[in-house]
Amino acid sequence: MSRFISYRDFDWSLIFFVLVICGLGVIEIRSATMHTKFAGAHIRQIYWVLGGLAAMFVVSLINYHALLDSVHWMYLVATGSLVSVLLFGQKYLGARRWIKLPFGHFQPSEWVKLILILAIAKYFAESRHQDLTWGDFVKAGALVGIPMLMVLAQPDLGTALTYFPIAAMGLFLGGLRWRQAVVVVLILVLLMPLAWHKLKPYQKERLTSFLSPDADRQGSGYQVIQSLIAVGSGGMWGSATAGSQTHFGYLPVPQTDFIFAAWSEERGFVGAVALLLLYFMVLMRLTQNAQMAPDRPGSFIVMGVVAVLAFHILVNVGMVVGFMPVTGIPLPLMSYGGSSVLFMFLALGIVMNVRMRRFVN
Amino acid sequence: MFGREEKVSTIRLTAVQYVLLLMFLVLGYGLWRLQVSGSDYYSSLAEKNRIRKVPILAPRGKIVDREGRIIVDNYPSFTVLMSRDPTRDPFADVDLIAKGLHMTPEEVRDRIRRFAGMPQYQPIYLKEDITPDELAFVESHRNELRDLDTIMEHRRLYPRKGFMAHLIGYVGEVSEDMLKQPQWELYAPGDVVGKSGVELQYNQLLMGQNGYRQAVVNSRGKELGQLGETEAVPGQTLKVTVDIDLQIAAEEALEDKNGAIVAMDPRTGEILAMASRPTFDPNQFSVRISRTDWNALVNDPAKPLLNKSIQAQLAPGSTFKIIMATAGWQEGIAQTLNVHCNGGATFYGRRFGCWVKNGHGAVDLPKAIYQSCDVFFYTLAEKLGIDRIAKYATGFGLGQKTGIDLPNEVSGVMPSEEWKIRNFKQKWFAGETISVGIGQGAVAITPVQLMRAIAAISMDGRMVVPHVINPTDLPSAYVEAAHYLEAKTIPIDSTGWTTITDAMSRVLLPEGTAPSAHVPGIDIAGKTGSAQIVSLALRAKHMKNDDFAQNGWFVGFTPRRNPEIIVCVLFEGGEHGKLAARLATQVIKAYEDKKRRQPANVAGKGEKTDVGALWSVPVGGHEDDLKGGHFFVPVTGAGRLATVAPGLEAGHRP
Repeated sequence: MSRFISYRDFDWSLIFFVLVICGLGVIEIRSATMHTKFAGAHIRQIYWVLGGLAAMFVVSLINYHALLDSVHWMYLVATGSLVSVLLFGQKYLGARRWIKLPFGHFQPSEWVKLILILAIAKYFAESRHQDLTWGDFVKAGALVGIPMLMVLAQPDLGTALTYFPIAAMGLFLGGLRWRQAVVVVLILVLLMPLAWHKLKPYQKERLTSFLSPDADRQGSGYQVIQSLIAVGSGGMWGSATAGSQTHFGYLPVPQTDFIFAAWSEERGFVGAVALLLLYFMVLMRLTQNAQMAPDRPGSFIVMGVVAVLAFHILVNVGMVVGFMPVTGIPLPLMSYGGSSVLFMFLALGIVMNVRMRRFVN
Repeated sequence: MFGREEKVSTIRLTAVQYVLLLMFLVLGYGLWRLQVSGSDYYSSLAEKNRIRKVPILAPRGKIVDREGRIIVDNYPSFTVLMSRDPTRDPFADVDLIAKGLHMTPEEVRDRIRRFAGMPQYQPIYLKEDITPDELAFVESHRNELRDLDTIMEHRRLYPRKGFMAHLIGYVGEVSEDMLKQPQWELYAPGDVVGKSGVELQYNQLLMGQNGYRQAVVNSRGKELGQLGETEAVPGQTLKVTVDIDLQIAAEEALEDKNGAIVAMDPRTGEILAMASRPTFDPNQFSVRISRTDWNALVNDPAKPLLNKSIQAQLAPGSTFKIIMATAGWQEGIAQTLNVHCNGGATFYGRRFGCWVKNGHGAVDLPKAIYQSCDVFFYTLAEKLGIDRIAKYATGFGLGQKTGIDLPNEVSGVMPSEEWKIRNFKQKWFAGETISVGIGQGAVAITPVQLMRAIAAISMDGRMVVPHVINPTDLPSAYVEAAHYLEAKTIPIDSTGWTTITDAMSRVLLPEGTAPSAHVPGIDIAGKTGSAQIVSLALRAKHMKNDDFAQNGWFVGFTPRRNPEIIVCVLFEGGEHGKLAARLATQVIKAYEDKKRRQPANVAGKGEKTDVGALWSVPVGGHEDDLKGGHFFVPVTGAGRLATVAPGLEAGHRP
């Protein structure tokens, strides 16, 4: 069986696009953190990317069926780690998201995504009904909903929202019917006011400030306004003033959540669209891999990764251009941060494994 | 395991691809909208977007004395800022800056590093409250050190050496703990608010309303112009009822001693002076008190932050005998009580000694007061019983807050049978009543309580609410909340209180307990006291030296009828009430001296002036001064009255 597995079957063009995006990310991190206390972050980002690549190759060797077979254990561990964050986590800026380990800080909510992708893939691969039943809704919803509520309690609204597309993608590919979709959307709309009620005041403020950022220019609307100005002043070819928004500290966290704004300011419309195109290519390659997957669970895994990646891009870039509220979701592959980079490469490792087994049966 | 034929629907996968395409088109449109069609608009915003809300701090209201003389003022204080230019190394000029601002280069580096994590447009605060020569340094180095700038703000200027510090209080930045309390919820971090005394009590009036202006700054934090401005409303000037001249007399009397002096107008309840020792310098707080200075103040066993006039709870000693005498008179016992004092007496099987070991002989009420005979009051206490004593003492406000308009007043304790059962689950022992009769035992009162009670007795039972701000100067809400206008009168027999106060006026005469405190020409009625029970902290401190284990007390007023001023002195470790009496008479003398110097009463030097109510027999060659029922005394003392509180003279800086 193993003789059918070869690195020739690796999706080298996908890796190429991914590495180009990472490289642009490193360049932008260097530019954005120059002369700040974060100077040197781009070097650390290179290490993360290299580490991620190595992890990707290792993971690609593991048969994804083996992963699926043990996914219920992983799910328990993942839920347990979320509970331990709530109990022993490090409080930073009002939220308990991190566990302090001997080798550094660890944010479990990031890895839970990966496990949820596998869990959803397994669930829908095994359900053999032609069409989706309401039971599937409840079960898939619980599968994703439990960790989602725990992350919400941290509180980390942004990360909790990223679990949602995994379930949505699973349901859609699992045979969602129009009628069901309408009912679910209606229920969600009806639940909205209740959820709104549960949000913390600062979360509400962030969600409303993007609708009318001018209402409080120096308060909660500040980040949105500064981001819009950064992007807008970039113009067609990049800012003539060499990115003053980014470099003079007006743009908040230009190396993480607002890295796309920093990039757009410095490289202009042309650079921003080119970057979006790269992401589009990555997503298209992934969807192709899903079509070529040897079996149902393989497709579901790859499409789960597509869902998470696309959702991140939509929310992050949408936030930067003022279409989405500020939720603190990083731009995958570009934003500075170990957890986010490692997650993407591990996810790609599983995708590679699925692809390498397309002729295996 | 999974059949290949059961693949995921290709149509659905293709649908996902179209959704993704749509998503990217939308994002691309967002970029187009901002970067191509909105480019000019946002570029101009980037140039001038930096609108900063710069607060205009409202100057805090001044505090003046009853005659409008300044006690607390503001002075302009400059802070050196450094704006950050990312193209330049912020540490480049550290040595020059350090030299000019009289800091060590390490301190300057520390300051710069501390601001590293803040947004670039936030300037670094290098040094607060700089001296004029440091200001001159910044001004003269504008060209070399272009990143340096100064801002001006008003800071509090308090009198020096802790003059009146306890009554005034001090200000500081509102703390996080305070912000959580409902009365501070409208304040913002960084606001400077009152932390004690009048500054705290009347913070809202003193504070005013900060204004702000919307300044336009470039990306380096330099101001280019402004969009709008909301003016600040300065705080209200607050007039306290204190008279600086009397306050000076009180502060000087307490110099190098521990204790408290409080003076009041018994007709209105206006506090005329309030001093407490040891004291602290509130100017230390007005910039930013260092941690070591603060710890030294808080951990000092002598408790310099404590306003002893309202916060010391101590046994009143023999001054309590005035309350006893009034209670005894009202109950019809004291007027006919005659005891023979042979230096002590036995009650309930235990011997209680009189402070005069050889005894006072035959004692009636007046003699018991001016000689402070313990045996008389032991007997009176036994006859009255604790509940009748407690009824009168409580009626005169002992063991309760007086309601003075200063924060953190304490209530003290007036024991009774019910109090003992409630707090100790024990029955009252009749023997305890005997000690209470001379102001010992569980009785614990504050100087201001004692003064108010004695004032009421001297004023035909009229109880006033002591206060430091005249209610007519305050918004009505304050007056209602403070119950100033609740007139309360304890019905007492006028023959009784005149007999008692007549006896009190002999305390400072040769036959009394404090003849050394006598001031010729001033009719002072008072009562000395010395209390064996001292505060625990002081007892520990003075354990080795037994002579100082007693607190001296004195409450005195003048004139004897319709008094104008009453003074209460607590002289901690003062051994005997007569020493406290000497301190009190310094304040009373200052009051009389000042009154005689007032235009209506002024006599030319060497002439004589009518001083009204004088009851003591003139001694020492002044017998001629009695003419037609009035006393005429020669004007002495060319003392000068204060124009401002010490330390507030023009040009003075802390």
